[in-house]
Amino acid sequence: MGVCEELAGVRVALTGNESLARGALEAGVAYAASYPGSPTAEVLGTLARVAKMFNLYVEWSVNEKVAMEGAAAASFTGLRSLVVMKADGLNVALDFASALALSGTRGGMVIVVGDDPGAHSSVREEDSRNLCKALHLPIWEPSSVQEAKDMTREAFALSEELKLPVVVRCVTRVCHASGDVELGEIARPERRPQFGRNDRVITFSIQLHARLEQKLSRAAVMAGDSIFNMYTGPDKAARLVIASGPSAMYAREALDMLELAGSVGVLKLGITWPLPETLLLNYLKNASEVVFTEEVEPFVEDNVLALAARHWDELGSIRFYGKRSGHVAGPAGAGIGELNPDLLADSLAKIFNVPRTEQAVLTSQEAEALLGEKMPGRELALCAGCPHRASFWAIRTALELDGREGIVLGDIGCYTLGIARTGYYLLQTMHCMGAGVGIAGGLGKLDRFGFNKPVITVVGDSTFYHAAIPALVNARYNRANFMCVVLDNETTAMTGHQPHPGRQATATGEPADTVYMEEIIRGLNIPYAISDPYNVEDTINAVCDMLQQSGPRVLIMRRTCALAAVKGKQKNRVYVDWDKCIGDACGCGRFCSKVYACPANIWDAEHGKARIDEAVCNGCGVCATLCPQRAIVVERTVE
Amino acid sequence: MSAFVEPLNIIITGVGGQGNVLASQVVSVAAVEAGYRVVVGETFGVSQRGGSVMSHVRISKNKTYGPLIPRGQAGVIAGFEPLETLRVMFNYANPDTVVIMNDRPNYPLGCLLGEDNYPEPARIEDTIRRRVTRLYCLPATELAKEAGSPLAANMVMTGALVGSGLLPFGREYFTRTIEILFKDGVRDLNLTAFELGYRLVAG
Repeated sequence: MGVCEELAGVRVALTGNESLARGALEAGVAYAASYPGSPTAEVLGTLARVAKMFNLYVEWSVNEKVAMEGAAAASFTGLRSLVVMKADGLNVALDFASALALSGTRGGMVIVVGDDPGAHSSVREEDSRNLCKALHLPIWEPSSVQEAKDMTREAFALSEELKLPVVVRCVTRVCHASGDVELGEIARPERRPQFGRNDRVITFSIQLHARLEQKLSRAAVMAGDSIFNMYTGPDKAARLVIASGPSAMYAREALDMLELAGSVGVLKLGITWPLPETLLLNYLKNASEVVFTEEVEPFVEDNVLALAARHWDELGSIRFYGKRSGHVAGPAGAGIGELNPDLLADSLAKIFNVPRTEQAVLTSQEAEALLGEKMPGRELALCAGCPHRASFWAIRTALELDGREGIVLGDIGCYTLGIARTGYYLLQTMHCMGAGVGIAGGLGKLDRFGFNKPVITVVGDSTFYHAAIPALVNARYNRANFMCVVLDNETTAMTGHQPHPGRQATATGEPADTVYMEEIIRGLNIPYAISDPYNVEDTINAVCDMLQQSGPRVLIMRRTCALAAVKGKQKNRVYVDWDKCIGDACGCGRFCSKVYACPANIWDAEHGKARIDEAVCNGCGVCATLCPQRAIVVERTVE
Repeated sequence: MSAFVEPLNIIITGVGGQGNVLASQVVSVAAVEAGYRVVVGETFGVSQRGGSVMSHVRISKNKTYGPLIPRGQAGVIAGFEPLETLRVMFNYANPDTVVIMNDRPNYPLGCLLGEDNYPEPARIEDTIRRRVTRLYCLPATELAKEAGSPLAANMVMTGALVGSGLLPFGREYFTRTIEILFKDGVRDLNLTAFELGYRLVAG
């Protein structure tokens, strides 16, 4: 059952990410590397679990650029390799990726990029296809969990044929979907890596650009015959939908709902760059109305419009509807956000002028009228027991004590929630991995212009290794004045607890040569201290002390992620002693639930006292140390 | 077992950390074991825990569907938390939708902070009954505690879903799936929790 099932032809339930991993196994991948990022975080973990069984090398790399460089090296020796990242990670890897496109590869190399339309777990909904086009790399787009596997497998073959990496661009709705997948055979290639004294892989030649263009021209021709471009609908459809990714399925379902499936054709492009031009022209020449459905930017749309302009003579007049015309758009506008069957049914009904009948659903006003009161929202929050909450509380309190209106900068990770209520709105900037440290470095050099506020930047442990180190080197060298707080929860928590260089084990669970952040910081000649955020008072004092110092300095707030700490253990029991809790008479303003705002600290309205929700509490006990009445009791089973 | 309507659209909703994703995985694996086609779309917030989460599970005889259920087209809503059940019902239920709901609230931050009011459970139940004809409201978290841990409420709810007789395949596929997916103590806990939910609804 699952990813390592050997029997071909069997149907198993896989997630999209497992399906991508299975596709690589069926292609005989030998080397896989990644830095964890949603929506593709689970691809590498899946391969790590079966690495021994299939003799694979699988690593969590320190960042996406390094991951891609390693995977390229394996490809240079003739092995098949996979590198996995999210859209933001492609930005990090871009410098090497553009060089690699020129030098080319040998063994099949696939780059899986996870885009996040709707920004479910990202700070932006970047469409990586525009970058991949600039890189001159072929782009394949699975529309279902099944295709995630099949395309990954076949992309290796194309890569090997062209000697060029191939991008499998997968969106959240495929990565995080699951479904039944018909398996193929797992390949067990007996390739031996070869890279001799006479092998050269270089980018220093203008002819390489010409060769890259030739490879793409070949790819365009091959794309036309691909089984991953699929047409459904009437012969010679005058009304045509051109779709990519899961929006192809939404379009088909929307056409069913509108009873248009018999008269409107759907051309689903599995290969969206380079465009399968001949295939497209074939369908365009019969069409008088064409609708584009894709996520998130009008990528196929723009390129097909350019194609149609070049073939104006043969095609004649076609009306094009899509994001550019404003017809395929969600509430926020065209080119913004995800598509879904309802959005497309609304769009297609308007474009083709047919009535849209649907099940009556309630608007939020109608819903609240039926309920008879306002329906509370559920805002983002740090988990119960999250050490970051304690850290943010300590920083906030220390800044108040310090009284100089210190600035706090942020970064990417669970602790990004520090921009919101649960982190007491502390964070004032948030851009990309490591940016907080670099920005702090800039602010920390503005004293000559009269800027004299203390600057604190927070950075997670995984982010520290990924992107903070060069900024710290710069800060030391240029004597920037700021305090860096490493929120070290000893794991890459946000994406699912993947290990990083500060851990004792690798992706496959083998012992690692741990890279201690203290040693790096010491090596940079930057002063540092360590505190335990659960020990709130000491941490406040540590922040206050360090705020008085100058130059770059680091405070490591170290405490294991609350979810990781209790995994497989009997959690500490935390409860409120109602003999001691005096409720609102205390004057603490319901500190535990309202001020400290841990979701496990709830309020018993009937008795007017605080209570702990045992189904939510992770047993950290920090609230017990903060309660002015000492009314919260911790029965310790986990330290 | 009721007549099978193609596709069977199930929405599993609740709060992060309640095991929605695991529950939808159990349903999808069981469906595949029973020879059905299935697709699950997960929707979850940025927070690891505590945000609204929703899984769309679509089961069909032999067609592949997209991972999102259109508005108003849920056949079943399994709500692990009352407020989230309500939220999803307004968007996805029609009068024929069956709602299975855990009665235990999980308070959003705004309610803890005293800015918002969490609706009375009885009022939530009443509002749901005015929209759909079949509602099963059960103390899933309490039953899970009985089974050994409040965290097994997801398996109590899965049991209740199967007990409602709405799925086109039997409970044996579920017990087998739980036996395959889990080990040792967790397996026993989940089997017990599943059984409690199943019996409560199937009678």
